[in-house]
Amino acid sequence: MSKKEWPLWEVFIRSKQGLSHKHAGSLRAADAEMAIENARDVYTRRSEGISIWVVESEHVSASSPSEAGPLFEPANSKAYRHPTFYEVPDGIKHM
Amino acid sequence: MEKQDISKLERQFQEKIDNEIKIEPKDWMPDAYRETLIRQISQHAHSEIVGQLPEGNWVTRAPNLRRKAVLLAKIQDEAGHGLYLYSAVETLGADREETIDDLHSGKAKYSSIFNYPSLTWADMGMIGWLVDGAAIMNQVPLCRCSYGPYARAMVRVCKEESFHQRQGFEIVTKLAQGTPEQKEMAQESLNRWWWPALMMFGPSDKDSKHTAQSMAWKIKRHTNDELRQMFVDVTVPQAELIGLKVPDNDLKFNEETGHYDFGEINWDEFWQVVKGYGPCNKERVEARKKAKEEGMWIREAANAYAEKRANRKKAS
Repeated sequence: MSKKEWPLWEVFIRSKQGLSHKHAGSLRAADAEMAIENARDVYTRRSEGISIWVVESEHVSASSPSEAGPLFEPANSKAYRHPTFYEVPDGIKHM
Repeated sequence: MEKQDISKLERQFQEKIDNEIKIEPKDWMPDAYRETLIRQISQHAHSEIVGQLPEGNWVTRAPNLRRKAVLLAKIQDEAGHGLYLYSAVETLGADREETIDDLHSGKAKYSSIFNYPSLTWADMGMIGWLVDGAAIMNQVPLCRCSYGPYARAMVRVCKEESFHQRQGFEIVTKLAQGTPEQKEMAQESLNRWWWPALMMFGPSDKDSKHTAQSMAWKIKRHTNDELRQMFVDVTVPQAELIGLKVPDNDLKFNEETGHYDFGEINWDEFWQVVKGYGPCNKERVEARKKAKEEGMWIREAANAYAEKRANRKKAS
């Protein structure tokens, strides 16, 4: 009989129709179906969800915090992407 | 890494903390910060899990079906809290099974309160009212802890604890307003739980070796004595309202400070229980070990079932 530990899963919950799934936490389970059943018991005991996604944690690729500066830098100099960058004359409506 | 680089990283780390920027799992952090959190969060997780035992003692003897359903829901919540916290420990790179084995070997501690026995039904009320009440006092500031995963777990835990405290207070209130025997049962239970509940906040500030560093790192937001005082201040009027007497002859409201003065805690008893000589230390750890050993077949069966299911999928 295998002694291997159950893998770690990340759990995402949709709280109601119209909202996206949001990371709720993680848990251990032997496979995806059991991870969903465990997630039901661990993260939705008070009707917090209507839909659950699980993904094995080792399959999540993440950006590195130490490279966050250069990674996100290109957006910093582009204030013109925001509507507040533009002056609108007084009296202009519906814009 | 060069010494100079480390001191620069440490400075940047402390700046983030000072500016209330949360630390997330992949961020650089000092080894001591990581170790402190692993110790604190795993012991917090163990407390949730061991905390199921004194309550489990009363499931089959709950006075009616409503009380039984509520007690089961509460115990299930405690298991859930343990799971959120073990997951938070794993984000720090700790091995979940190792932290659990540390509990079983006696290396890791858990809240001393659970080393006291639950002798009467009134204890189920007292645990919810006082023990969960004290836990809420501790945990609400932890929702603002500098480590993101711990803070997020605490937000969930605090939402659920408030049900625990209310159901406990309801049990105590019902008994306090019942027959003379029921009222006596509630008072006797309060007499036993009051002082251990005050001990839950840990050693007095002058004897607490971790407090100063934990506050600088914003893991802790209040000292042990501050939290203990807050607990006394809110709980004493609750006891008075339902006609129970807090077992402390030195307890007196101080008009000048606006707080209750209270008697000296029996610190010898506190350290005895921490060191493993409380009434139930041995029994609690044995129960946890037995649960792991005798429940191992479930983990293996789940693995075997997962494998079978995967093979069937491949074949079709």
